[in-house]
Amino acid sequence: MSKQKICHVSDLIPNSGVCALLETSHNKNSEQIAIFYLPTTAEKVFAISNWDPIGEANVLSRGIVGNIEEELVVASPLYKQHFSLRTGQCVEDEIKIKTYPVSIDGENVYLN
Amino acid sequence: MSALKIVVVGNGMVGHHYVQTLADSTIEADITVIGGEPRPAYDRVHLSEVFDGKTSAELAMTTREHYEEISVDAHFGDFVAKIDRQAKQVITEGGQVFAYDKLVLATGSYPFIPPIPGYDQEHCLAYRTIDDLGEIKASAKGKKIGVVVGGGLLGLECANALKNLGLEAHVVEFAPGLMGVQLDDGGSVMLRRKIEALGVKVHTSKATQKITQGDQLRLKMEFADDTELETDMIVFSAGIRPYDQLARDADLKVGERGGIEIDYHCRTSDQDIFAIGECAVLGKFIYGLVAPGYRMAEAAVSQLHDNDDQKVSFTGSDMSTKLKLLGVDVGSIGDSKGNAENSRAFVFSDERDEVYKRLNVSADGKKVLGATLVGDCSDYDTLLQYYLNDIDLPDNPEAMILPAVDGAAPTLGADALPMTASICSCHNVTKGDIVQAIDGGCMTVADVKGETSAATGCGGCAALLKNVVDFELESRGMEVNTDICEHFKYTRQDLYTIAQSTQIKSFDELMEKHGAHKDSLGCDICKPAVASIMASLWNDHVLESQHVGLQDTNDTFMANMQKDGTYSVIPRVPGGEILPDQLIALGQVAKDYGLYSKITGGQRVDLFGARMNDLPDIWSALIDAGFETGHGYAKALRTVKSCVGSTWCRYGVQDSVGQAIDLENRYKGLRAPHKFKMAVSGCTRECAEAQSKDVGVIATENGWNLYVCGNGGMKPRHADLFATDLDTETLLKYIDRFLMFYIRTADRLQRTSVWFENLEGGLEYLKDVVINDSLGICEELESQMQHVIDTYQCEWKTAVNDKEKVKRFRQFVNSDQEDSNVIFVEERGQIRPATDVERKRSQLKAVS
Repeated sequence: MSKQKICHVSDLIPNSGVCALLETSHNKNSEQIAIFYLPTTAEKVFAISNWDPIGEANVLSRGIVGNIEEELVVASPLYKQHFSLRTGQCVEDEIKIKTYPVSIDGENVYLN
Repeated sequence: MSALKIVVVGNGMVGHHYVQTLADSTIEADITVIGGEPRPAYDRVHLSEVFDGKTSAELAMTTREHYEEISVDAHFGDFVAKIDRQAKQVITEGGQVFAYDKLVLATGSYPFIPPIPGYDQEHCLAYRTIDDLGEIKASAKGKKIGVVVGGGLLGLECANALKNLGLEAHVVEFAPGLMGVQLDDGGSVMLRRKIEALGVKVHTSKATQKITQGDQLRLKMEFADDTELETDMIVFSAGIRPYDQLARDADLKVGERGGIEIDYHCRTSDQDIFAIGECAVLGKFIYGLVAPGYRMAEAAVSQLHDNDDQKVSFTGSDMSTKLKLLGVDVGSIGDSKGNAENSRAFVFSDERDEVYKRLNVSADGKKVLGATLVGDCSDYDTLLQYYLNDIDLPDNPEAMILPAVDGAAPTLGADALPMTASICSCHNVTKGDIVQAIDGGCMTVADVKGETSAATGCGGCAALLKNVVDFELESRGMEVNTDICEHFKYTRQDLYTIAQSTQIKSFDELMEKHGAHKDSLGCDICKPAVASIMASLWNDHVLESQHVGLQDTNDTFMANMQKDGTYSVIPRVPGGEILPDQLIALGQVAKDYGLYSKITGGQRVDLFGARMNDLPDIWSALIDAGFETGHGYAKALRTVKSCVGSTWCRYGVQDSVGQAIDLENRYKGLRAPHKFKMAVSGCTRECAEAQSKDVGVIATENGWNLYVCGNGGMKPRHADLFATDLDTETLLKYIDRFLMFYIRTADRLQRTSVWFENLEGGLEYLKDVVINDSLGICEELESQMQHVIDTYQCEWKTAVNDKEKVKRFRQFVNSDQEDSNVIFVEERGQIRPATDVERKRSQLKAVS
């Protein structure tokens, strides 16, 4: 799959998340992805599913990001479970959510 | 076996305790209560506080409704006239007859009025019941001088009451010293100095011979030493006598000097009749304190068990006591005067600071026999534990009462106390009970309080309780870690102080300079906590770029996230007063955006089902209609609820709506460790329920009474009366200081009620800080509050006028679509989120 432009870097909010809609041609149901911009980390940008499987709502982009020791996480705004930004693994539960390869190139944010 | 018929005569504190204990037990009983006073049991110990603004409802220990709930048949305002032991029934003055299997006499005592000629004229009163207080108040109205006859504990309480009524209070005592029962001569002299300094006139060694008409004032007292004293009123408080007439008439055994004789099981000479409290005498001794009365009640109840193991005895009780009389600390332990033959005394007297302490020890210096403390009771708890538990004293017992010259005075380690040591005598909580509570999972002093009720009576044992809890937690290897989270090795209070003193204004700077690892990101614990601290201190807009990533989603989107990811919107309606046009505008916005509407408990309207991307437009419309943000999403002031007050209500005495609006406008936007609520009631009927709020204000004829630290919700707490009859300026000053002190010292997400429960020193300490400025910080607290007030902005108004901030509310950064997962169905004419089943059905429909 080729690189897909999602948005402009200026659409991101440092140390917080936004939500983007991923239209896939083979699937009628579009996917919501949560994109987090952490300028002080090596990767700088992370993308995971916006769907909170525990609270059952599209809200993860609206959670607070942080770290638990070395793990970068977002806390669900509904019931506060933490999900790894790198792996999608839930810290409190045996649940893993989808992650997406994402990168910044120049002024734009791309999904690979 | 059918239920026992139990009749309890008397509904004072002890009688009530018997009823409650019995009702809570497994014993099957039909309980009847007959109380002579027109109202159910109330707290007689704190009677004088009625003149300090407490209402009789606040003194109440129970209500008729409560008795109904627990199926107690209660009759008030009717005295029992006769006990018929043969027929096993009692007959009241009103002619009612009640049959009993077991009868309990809890008739209490009456004030002794010495038969001085002229004692029975007008304005010669007694001090015992709430009704007596009414008479005292009526008699004192517009007058200057009041005399209390009796310089004992109750007499001094009464003098305090007269002083609170604005009278010049005199105490006339027959004996040479005050509180002769509890204090030795040295303590008595020091107490006299102290209360004279407070403006109370003390006359000792005065035998009143006659009370006659006064020349200038209403009454004149003539004394044996040919002196006289004119006064407007006289209140007798010269001791109490047991109410034992019923027992005498029924030929029950009574003591030589009165009182119904009882055995260790609180049984009288009739096996089916018990006597408890101040009407009873056990081995020549009448126990005139409430704690022993409670123990008697419990012992008497336990006799009704079939199983002998469950029966407990009352074999006497410690009469040590610690109290504040006219604001002076007084303590008396055991043999306080050193009467015992082998007693050896250590005495410390400081006439400059007016402190007196006497410690009586055994001849070998090993055991505490008793103590007298005046002006400083800080050693009381420790000495009492040595005394009660027979613990060996250190080699230099005098150090126990001497002021610490170098380092701290020796305090008794919690480890030295045996498990049976009584920590809280009001609720009979032992160290063992506390250990058990901690074993059961309690981790804080507040938890232990909730579990055991320790330190919730007079509160005198709070410091000792904390010692025991800390020690027990520590000894279990549970390090009490108060760090806010892994990113900061500080408490919230520490972080607040650091940010304030170093003028740090952003999370990043705080992390860099004071974080555990300076390049950490933080987490969902420390970020919102710091955001709240920054807001309390500097009051920047929450969506400024340095703060935006710190906020919980509710603060970020300035609305309350609901279960489906949509938000609810609450505009501010100060005091609950709203214009018809604003109501119409609210309805219009709800219609335009398809929102579900509901009235909140805080007298405003909540609109549900708002999509994130609609929030700025919804708010533009609301702002145009004159609304401001209601901070329903923030840890901040929510609402100031009010009743209609004197403007409309027949009973209102002040404009509660106006006051509520002013308060809400003053404190709106103030962020705190947790949300807080206020209310203003226009009269004592309290329709605004102010006593369940963090800050409650109740109108009086003379101004406003201030209540603090109440709570509704999961753990309700009745607010404490903080100050009375305040003018508005003083009211605001106290609230400013109170709120800022809470904001400064509370833990994260700690409501005022829990904060208060954990505050060492309790209400007295809080009053000292806020009213007397004991920490010297009030000016700073006020100026901080002024800064927040001066920098208030409607967060929504600022946001909708700022393109950058509005950008944040897009559902998708790359699409104008809406969240397809948000699905509503209709119910009772409004929307609600679809259930799982409904959602699947509608999604199938969309696909097909």
